Formats: sequence, structure tokens, C-alpha cells
Amino acid sequence: MKNFILKRLLLSILVLFGVILITFIITRAIPSDPAAQWAGPRATAEQIKAARVELGLDKPLYVQFGKYIQNLLKGNLGYSLKTHQPVATELKACVPATVELVLISTIAAVFIGLPLGLISAKRKDQWVDHLSRFFSVGAVSLPTFWVGIFLQLLFYSWLRLLPMGDQLSMNVRLMYEIPKITGFITLDSLITGNMVVFKDALLHLILPGITIALYPIGLVARMTRSALLEILNEDYIRAARAYGLPERIVLWLYALKNSLGPTVTVVTLSIGYTLVNTFLVESIFSWPGIGNYVATAVVSLDYPAILGVTIFSAIAYVVLNLIADIIIALDPRVRI
Amino acid sequence: MENYFSIKDLKVNFKTFEGIKNVLQLEQLTISKGETFGLVGESGSGKTVLAYTILGLLPIPPGSIESGEINFNGENLLAKKEKEMQKFRGKKISMIFQDPMSTLNPVFTVGEQIIRVIRNNKNLSYKEAEKKAIEMIEMVKLPDAKNILKKYPHELSGGQRQRIIIAIALSCGAEFLIADEPTRNLDVTIQAGILKLLADLKKELKVTVLFIANNLGLMSAICNRVGIMHEGRIVEIGTVREVIKNPIHPYTITLLRAIPKHKNEEIDLSRILIKGEKSQGFGGCPYYDRCLEKDEKCAEGIPKLKHIEGTHYVACSRAIEGSAVNGRATFGS
Amino acid sequence: MLSKILAPETLKPKIREWKLSIYLLNKNRLTKLSMIIILLLVVVAILAPYIAPYPSHIEGMANPKDKLLPPSAKYFFGTDELGRDIFSRILYGTRISLETALAAVGLALLIGIPLGAIAGATGGYVDEIIMRITDIFLSFPPLLLAIAIAAFLGPNLQNAMLAIAISWWPWYTRIVRGQAVSLRERQFVRAARAIGTPHFRIIFQHILPNTISPVIVQASMDLGGVILTAASLSFLGLGAQPPTPEWGLMVSTSRNYFLNAWWYSFFPGMAIFITVLAFNLLGDGLREVMDPKTRKY
Repeated sequence: MKNFILKRLLLSILVLFGVILITFIITRAIPSDPAAQWAGPRATAEQIKAARVELGLDKPLYVQFGKYIQNLLKGNLGYSLKTHQPVATELKACVPATVELVLISTIAAVFIGLPLGLISAKRKDQWVDHLSRFFSVGAVSLPTFWVGIFLQLLFYSWLRLLPMGDQLSMNVRLMYEIPKITGFITLDSLITGNMVVFKDALLHLILPGITIALYPIGLVARMTRSALLEILNEDYIRAARAYGLPERIVLWLYALKNSLGPTVTVVTLSIGYTLVNTFLVESIFSWPGIGNYVATAVVSLDYPAILGVTIFSAIAYVVLNLIADIIIALDPRVRI
Repeated sequence: MENYFSIKDLKVNFKTFEGIKNVLQLEQLTISKGETFGLVGESGSGKTVLAYTILGLLPIPPGSIESGEINFNGENLLAKKEKEMQKFRGKKISMIFQDPMSTLNPVFTVGEQIIRVIRNNKNLSYKEAEKKAIEMIEMVKLPDAKNILKKYPHELSGGQRQRIIIAIALSCGAEFLIADEPTRNLDVTIQAGILKLLADLKKELKVTVLFIANNLGLMSAICNRVGIMHEGRIVEIGTVREVIKNPIHPYTITLLRAIPKHKNEEIDLSRILIKGEKSQGFGGCPYYDRCLEKDEKCAEGIPKLKHIEGTHYVACSRAIEGSAVNGRATFGS
Repeated sequence: MLSKILAPETLKPKIREWKLSIYLLNKNRLTKLSMIIILLLVVVAILAPYIAPYPSHIEGMANPKDKLLPPSAKYFFGTDELGRDIFSRILYGTRISLETALAAVGLALLIGIPLGAIAGATGGYVDEIIMRITDIFLSFPPLLLAIAIAAFLGPNLQNAMLAIAISWWPWYTRIVRGQAVSLRERQFVRAARAIGTPHFRIIFQHILPNTISPVIVQASMDLGGVILTAASLSFLGLGAQPPTPEWGLMVSTSRNYFLNAWWYSFFPGMAIFITVLAFNLLGDGLREVMDPKTRKY
């Protein structure tokens, strides 16, 4: 087992290196001149040249790459072209908000998607199955941004039930001091006992939460259903019934545990999708997370910022996959 | 003779994309308490379907039970709902499956599986159930029971797994055991061990056994009575002595002939290997194409079980009721 | 060789398989529905210039006085901020979406299939290298790579298509490689090798053709996802640029007006939804037909 973890870790590092290499190649693929960008639209030729030296763009490619990696290891993700602030710091501030959304969507995926898929498989071709499949396939076909816009329209504009965006209402922000312990507003306000802020934060979480959770729920439900259809036909399920075990144990314990592999895989995949869907959802709901950051960066073609987010997300995803693979290896069949 | 277990007019269909296929059509089958009944037939004859139907494990679409009764201790199992059937499974009627590898859940240890079944069926505490589990593992003659509990199915050999399955099946005091080709996927040498184990357990625990196999030779060794199945029907039934000494149905004769007896004896396989495509709408005996003793009577209708002597019945259009001449029944002209 | 393929012994079981497949595909009403919808979409895409009520609006020559009008008999889906007929733009958008999807998937297949065949058939360190590269590409969260590439290459529809292809090909390589590995040990490949067929010929004449069908099926199931990706890219500003009538772009532009003009966001988004839904349903149907385990006998 230890060998496996070690091997897998090594593979991850190799992959990480490849990922960084690819991002580097991408940055050098820009048609426009980053030095000119940095210097600004009204720079003179000399200023651009100075900028080039400053950015290290006059050195040969492999040297640039070396510096690139060095910077990464130091945690230096470059400076935003727009704000000239370090991308790393800007990103750090945005992470908690995104993590909130990712957490919601993952929890929803597991606690709604899994049971949905299981029940769907058990009651194959009955109305429950048809309903659930219809819902899941709809959920993965809906454009996330469209759902977000319409939820806003419905619940904010027409019904005036829920806020339009951001994590907190304007007046709450102005009137209260927002606690900053973990960085998660919901958690912090709960810890400090500030119920007004807590309630407000929760209300603001609803619409973006629903929007971002739809796709993962549908995805997990679909995959779970197909994995379980196979499992439920296996002999050991029938044998378990023959021994007199009640159906709920057969389903939720015996069958489900066999689907660990595909389940972990699909949940990891859904987190990956969610990470990127936040780009869409956050920009619609003005949610102050990574997605919003990168969405604005894209519009202004702020390359370092875009790159910073890319690297961060890619690294997070690689780590996630590593964890997932280790969990899957816990399956006794794999231990051989 | 009290009626312990009996099946009457059971008809089971399967819906396939090619239409509805009749898989079982059993006129009657009775098993007395304490008996070992052997059911023989080739693959596809419906034996396993029968086993599942008895326990209510038949997948209902595509399967469907058209009619019939399965009486166990006076209760009709087919009339029971799922929840009621759960009270029988494992506790009164238990089953041993064919493939020991696929019958054990690969992600749980053997111990977890057997203990869970025991606790579910007998309401014991964990410690008590564990004790009982060890007891059962020792009863199936597996050494080092405590260690075996911690193993996963893939860490055991085929023979060991099959013994575990027998242990689980018998762990909760079932009185009626259905053994569905328990030695099919095992080496011949291991087979003998399992069979002996079953025979010993049967004597010790006094269970009634419905033993399903495709080998008539196996049957004669451990069964009291035997039934020959062909395409979902029982074509011959009686005590082992009756059927083997005096086989009447051509299929039975073929099966017996296929058992290799002496090294130098040539086996005439020709009768077994004939298999023609049946035309639709043929209403005669299902064995028609392969039968070498057929005549016009055989194409007329599906033969019903006729009494020959004692408990010996045969479903053959040409057999004569009650005709045993010199210990051998004759066909009509 | 053709005569062997057409001989009755080989054909009969194949025909039976096909009959079964078509029967099953048709049996599912949803799959049938999705096939009809897709057919409709293709027809619309081809005939768009002829059936759109206001084809001139596509190039931007519209009536600015008619801006942001709700759906009516004159403008079925209403108008946008420049007075353009949304219905016509959506019809044209069908072309763009289908073209982009087919091009992106086609390119991904073009890259992915040969790589996978070579990797699987050759084995050894060629296999290792190709699979590691595949792993690296697959280590990016889906979409992210496409966004990064599209951003850096410059936001336009072609680059978006290229970006999608670059992020998609590894999936196909994996599938093909798996197939190739299992084919590698089959009799007919060993036979070819035994009589001295050069390696490349083995790959492209023997192995590759046999790996294509599962990949093609997978690719058709992917079309829905690709359309969604392209729309998302355009929404972010990385794909189609104005005045292209791309659905995602339309939803994006509509954000400035949607509080008062719900139709502007609704119809383009609905178009995306129905298209992706149809492809996903078709994919589901295909998968069910092909996988014997989930069949209902």
C-alpha cells in the first residue's frame, strides 16, 4: 500500500510538471506582446523595451521556464496586468468564497445524486426511474449560466424573494463588521454568534448554490445509476437476498460499497466541472470568488491573472485526483 | 406421507426480445422431509430458474409466474409477499449457489458477511454471532476459523469459498436446503470433498436437500430420489434405484449412457448431440427432435406424467401406464 | 475479403444484431424523440438562410427602432438591443453550434485516434510516453484547458474550436488505446505479424479500423457536451465575438438587458438546452443499446 502511494505521488509530480510546462507554453502563445501589455497602451518603444527586460522576456526560453518554475515554487504567480498587484495575494482572498460553492455542490452531489442514482437503478423502468433520469439528463444539459440568470430573474426580479448576488447584502456589509476567522462568512458568523450576518449569508448562498449544484447532481446520479445497474445484477446481491438480508441492507450497504470506485471517480470529476463552472456562476451572481476573478481577467485579457487561476485550479485538481486514487486503492480487490 | 414440500402445475415464463419463452412447466414434484432429492438436467433446462422461483428470487420483469403452487409445510410460497418471503430465506429455506467466487461480496471480509447473516436471521449480539460463525466454519471442516473470518473472498481458494457458502447457508438453522450445482465450478478432486461434506452435514443437521446438478452419476451417490428435467419439464421421476435400474424416458437413457463406466467402453454420443431447430407451433413432445424412439403419437401433444410403478413416473407419449415387465417398462407398439 | 464479409454466415448474426439495435433504439420513445430533434436541427442549420424571417439582421442591418421588443407575431422571439430578430439569429446560431461541435470533435478524433492506436499497438515506452502525455492533459479540470488556450490564442470562434479539440483528444486516445491493447493479442494481429507485416501497416490497416466504432459512439455522445462547452466559452467572451449569432454569446450579451427583456436570455438559452438535451438523450439511447448488461432483455 505504501508503495502504491509512493508510486502514485511520483506520478502526480511528473504530471504536475507536465501541467506547468503546458501552461508555460500557453503563455508564450499569445499573439500580442506581453511587454507592451505591461507597459500600458500609451507606452513608448523604450518603455516597452524596459518592460521586456523587467519581465525577463529577453532571455532564452529555457531560462524563462526555469524562472517560471522558481517563481511558482516561491508562490509567485506574477502580477496582474490590470492592478499590478501580485496575483497570488488576489487569488488567496478569493479562494474561500469559491470553496463555499464547491463544497455545496459536492455535498449535494453526494447526498442527493447518489441516493437518486441508487433508487433509480433499483426501480429500473418504473416511474421513479423515468422521473429521476429525466431530471438528471436535464441537469447535465442545462447551460449553467442560463440557469443562474433565470433563477435571478425568477426569485429576485419577479418574486423578490432572494437577493440577486454577492455574498451579503449592501446594508449588512455596511452595518456589521464581517468576522474573518476562517474566511468563510457563514462559518465565521456562526462562530461569533452574529445571526443577522449568518442569515443574510445563507440567503445569498441559495441561488448560486442551486445553480452550481445542478450539474454535479445530475452527473453523479447518472453514473451511480449505471454503476449500480451492473452491480445489482451480480450474483452476490442475489445471494445476499437468498440469505434473508433485508433489501435496505442489500442496497445501501452491499451494493453501494461495491460502487466505491466509480463513485469516487465521478465525484472527483464533478468537483472538476464545478471548479470551472464557478467561472460562470460567480460572474453572474457577482460572487467574490476565483471564478469572478478570472471572468473579469478574461474580459480584460489579464494574462497573468488567467494563468494564475489556471495553475491554481490545475494543481488543486491534480491533488484531488491523487486523493481519489488513494481512496479507490482502499478497495480490497485492488489490494492484490 | 405428510406433504412437506410440493410443487403443482408451476408455469414460469420469460419475456425476451424474441417473444415470450416458457421456461418452466412442472406438473408435480414432491419432496418428503429429510429426503435428498436430486434434480438433473442439462444447462438451460430450467433448474436454476426453479431454485430462484422457490425462494422468490426470480427477477419479475422479465420473468413471470403464470400459475402454480409451491407448498412448503402447508404454506404456498408463491402467494407470499416479498417481506413474508424474507422470513423464510436463510431461516427456513436456504440456498447454495453455483459459483463461489461471484456469490461472495468481494468488498467485505468473509467474517463480516457470515456474521451479518447470522445477526440478521437470529438476532444475536456481535460476539455471539462471531462465535456461531466460527462454529459453522469449523463444521464445514475449514481449519483456522478465526483467521478465515478476516479474509476477503479473493484470498481464498475455490474449495474454501464453497465451504464458506455452505457455512453461511446453514448457519441459521435452515431445514430445507437448495443446492444449485454446488460443485460445478470446482476441480474434480475438490468436488468429492464438498459432496462428502454435504452428505455429512445432512446427516448431522437433518436437513432436507434439493440437489440440482447436471450429472446423473453424482445424483446416484447421494440422493434418495431423483427427477430428470428437460426444457422446463420433469420427464422422469422416482427413487434413484427405480430410475437408474429402469430408465424409461429416452432422455434418461441417453444421460445414463453418457456416464463413462469403463475405460474401453465406447460412448455413443450421437444421441446427445442431435439438436434440431424446432419449428414454431409444434405442439408435440419437446424431446421430439432428439428422440430415437418416437412415433406419430409423439407429435400429437405434450406428454403428461404417467405412473409406472412405486413412485416412478414418466412423461412420455409412448410409455404405457403401469407397465413394468420383468423390471423393464415397455413401449407401446 | 469483401466476399467473406458478405457471406451469409457472417452476415446473419450481424443482421440480427442490427435488427435488435434498431428495435431497441426505437423502443425508447425518448431516444426516438431526440433523433427527430437532431434531424430537425440539422435541417434548420442547412436551411437557415431560407427559413429565417429576417436574414439581413444577421449581418447587423436591423431596425434600431425595434429594439428590445417582446415576442410577437412580427418577431417570434422578440428583438435584441439592436433591433435584430432573435428568432432568425437563433436559427443561424444552429449552424454555428453544429459546425463548431463537429469541427472540434472531428479534430479531437483526428489527433486522438492515431495516437491511441499507436500507443496501444506498440506498447513499450512509446505507449508509456503517449499515455503520460494523455494523463497530463487529462489532469486539467475539464474546460479549464480550453479556457486557458482560448484566452491566450485570442478570443474567436476558430480558436475556441481548436481549444476544445486540444482539451478533448486525450479521452479518445484512452479509449482507442484500451481497444488496441486488447486487439494486439488477438489472432489476426498475431497472424499479420507472423507473416512479416510492417508495424505501421498493422496499426493502420488492422488495429485502427477495429477500434473506431466505440470511439465514434463516444464522440457522438460527446457532441452535447461540446456544444455546451462552446456556448460557455462564448458566454465568457472567449469564443464567438459579436455580431456572430452564437447562442452562448447572445445569452452573455443579454445580461445587460435581461431584467427587462427576459426573452433575450430565454430563447438562446433554451436553444442550447434543447440541443444538448437531444444529443445527451441520443447518447443515452446508444449506450443502452450497446451495453448488453443494461438491456431489458
